[in-house]
Amino acid sequence: MEKVKQKDLILYSGLIILGLAAPYLFSAFKVQLTYLCVLIVLAMTWNLQGGEMGYNTFGNILFYGLGMYLTASVQVGMFFPLAEWTESGGEKTFVHTTAQYFQGIGVGLLVSAIIPAIIAGAIGYAILGLRGHYFAICTLGLGIAAGEIAGGIEIIGAGQGFTTPPFPAEIVDTEARGKFFYFLSFALLVGTFIFVKYIYGSRFRLILNAIRDNEDKAEAMGIQTMKYKIVGWMCSAFFCGLAGGIMGGLIGYIDSTDVAFDGREMGVFMVLMAILGGKGTLWGPVIGATLFHFFKEGLWTLILGWQYVALGILIVVIVVYFPEGLMGWLREKYPERFGEVIDEKDRKAQVELK
Amino acid sequence: MDFLIFKAPMLMVQASLDGILLGILFALIAYGMALQWGVMNIINIAQGDLVILGGYIAYTIYLWGIHPAWGVIISPIIMFFVGWGLYKLVINKVVDRDLFISILATFGIAIVFQQLMNFIFGADVVVAQSEYGTTMLFDNSVTLPNSKIFSAFISVLYAVALVIYMKKSRLGRAIRATAQNARAAKILGVDTEKVYAATFGINAALCGIAGALISITLTLHPYVGLPYTVRSFMIVIVAGLGNLPAVAVSGMGLGLFEEFADYILGTEFRIGAVFLLLVLILVYRRFKLSKKREYLK
Repeated sequence: MEKVKQKDLILYSGLIILGLAAPYLFSAFKVQLTYLCVLIVLAMTWNLQGGEMGYNTFGNILFYGLGMYLTASVQVGMFFPLAEWTESGGEKTFVHTTAQYFQGIGVGLLVSAIIPAIIAGAIGYAILGLRGHYFAICTLGLGIAAGEIAGGIEIIGAGQGFTTPPFPAEIVDTEARGKFFYFLSFALLVGTFIFVKYIYGSRFRLILNAIRDNEDKAEAMGIQTMKYKIVGWMCSAFFCGLAGGIMGGLIGYIDSTDVAFDGREMGVFMVLMAILGGKGTLWGPVIGATLFHFFKEGLWTLILGWQYVALGILIVVIVVYFPEGLMGWLREKYPERFGEVIDEKDRKAQVELK
Repeated sequence: MDFLIFKAPMLMVQASLDGILLGILFALIAYGMALQWGVMNIINIAQGDLVILGGYIAYTIYLWGIHPAWGVIISPIIMFFVGWGLYKLVINKVVDRDLFISILATFGIAIVFQQLMNFIFGADVVVAQSEYGTTMLFDNSVTLPNSKIFSAFISVLYAVALVIYMKKSRLGRAIRATAQNARAAKILGVDTEKVYAATFGINAALCGIAGALISITLTLHPYVGLPYTVRSFMIVIVAGLGNLPAVAVSGMGLGLFEEFADYILGTEFRIGAVFLLLVLILVYRRFKLSKKREYLK
């Protein structure tokens, strides 16, 4: 037992050191690394929802986009009139000082974490009463409706988009912006990982699993399933909102359907990454997101123009042929490494039955 | 917000007629959705993209100089084989699996279709001119394009033909038997694999007809498929599987809702209103069922 713990410690400290050193080692890829961190966070939080609780959602994009708009709106609205900013080129007339910028983004991120969680709690009771594919379709509708509606609201830029405050010009160091967003997202990643790991060791996860495996029986056992489902969704929303806020600042421009409520890209990516890595495992989404990101970045430039065709085919192939994902495949192959004990007699009996 | 519609009664008549004629078209797509859902138990997110593809087929023959109305005959024939091929390639592997897998897999197909259509037909909004003219009603205060009346008429014609076919023909009976109990049908000698392929083909053909009609009444664009999927899904969950009159009525209801939402909320919120209505309908049904301690299955 002690030995395993020590091994874990080495692994985690190694990863953290790698994470901290990455922007210096691969300084040309800071934006990509930031993306990677955010993708991992999204995949892990989706996994809490789809993998652990069995509620396959397309709607986490709602919280992601919401977080994006909230962070930017707060960051602007704290110091300048928001409507004038979004109307036309406000970023040219109003300039954030360094202190204002960081204050704004700090408060903005706080808001973008809390409000999506509150919204998840508020709509959770209605939405989470749906089961299976009805839940999936309903959340798909929710995410797209949010995008369409945000595209019609004037104060956040409507169809023409919302330029987030540019990084303060007083900081002369050209690398600073990339590093700032990288470390922000890395901190978010570490926080999310610790939180998810904590959940994995807790009773909460067992309850979520019970809901996934058989909700009626879980209810019959006296678990108030609705309460736990809502809490689970609120956790996802909290981290998705933060991820969105960071992404908004990094991209620098928010469009309602192409950046914020981007169900066609981000909304599908998070599902795909979690499935690719393996639903219902701690490391699956991390590995899935990393693989997916490398694959995507490597391939995207090679097959310019055809990337969505490749993406669609990738979705079909993964879903049809590898629904258990990488971790599921490994588990099948090396069950003893996952702590599963196989009764040889039992297995032989099963083979004979076939 | 524009409440002009409540001041001018003629606008209301206009919106109602538009909505009903549009709704009949939606009902046709929804009928295909109900068919495959009932028989194969899969939810096809690519439904709307099949519709748009059918529309582009009609648009292509229009570009060749043939009248686009012929699309309602040519497009379903081509789309039937597209559907058949799609079934053999992907759908047959997701039929007996979890519904979420079929949702995701067809989502992937939808993305591929969208992008391929974007390559082949371009990203412009196109419309095939039928040149049927317009009918003026009530002292020219209500205008009704004849193409919309034509499309509603054709939709009804095809729907009735399909119902008769499903009742009388051998394949129709095989499809209904498979929908009731696939295993029993198989034991009794129905080639369920073929039935599934034919069902998906018929669904695609229905989409083709609807698409051809959309190409002359509305507009086509590679990325507008998903709202059609959502509309047909919505109609099916309101009407239930295999209840054709209810499908027609709820289709028209949806058409009416959309036209009125367009006038009242503004065109920019039209699609948003459709998606929001889906959420509201699902939530309403969930609360209604939870009183009986049941849930949507």
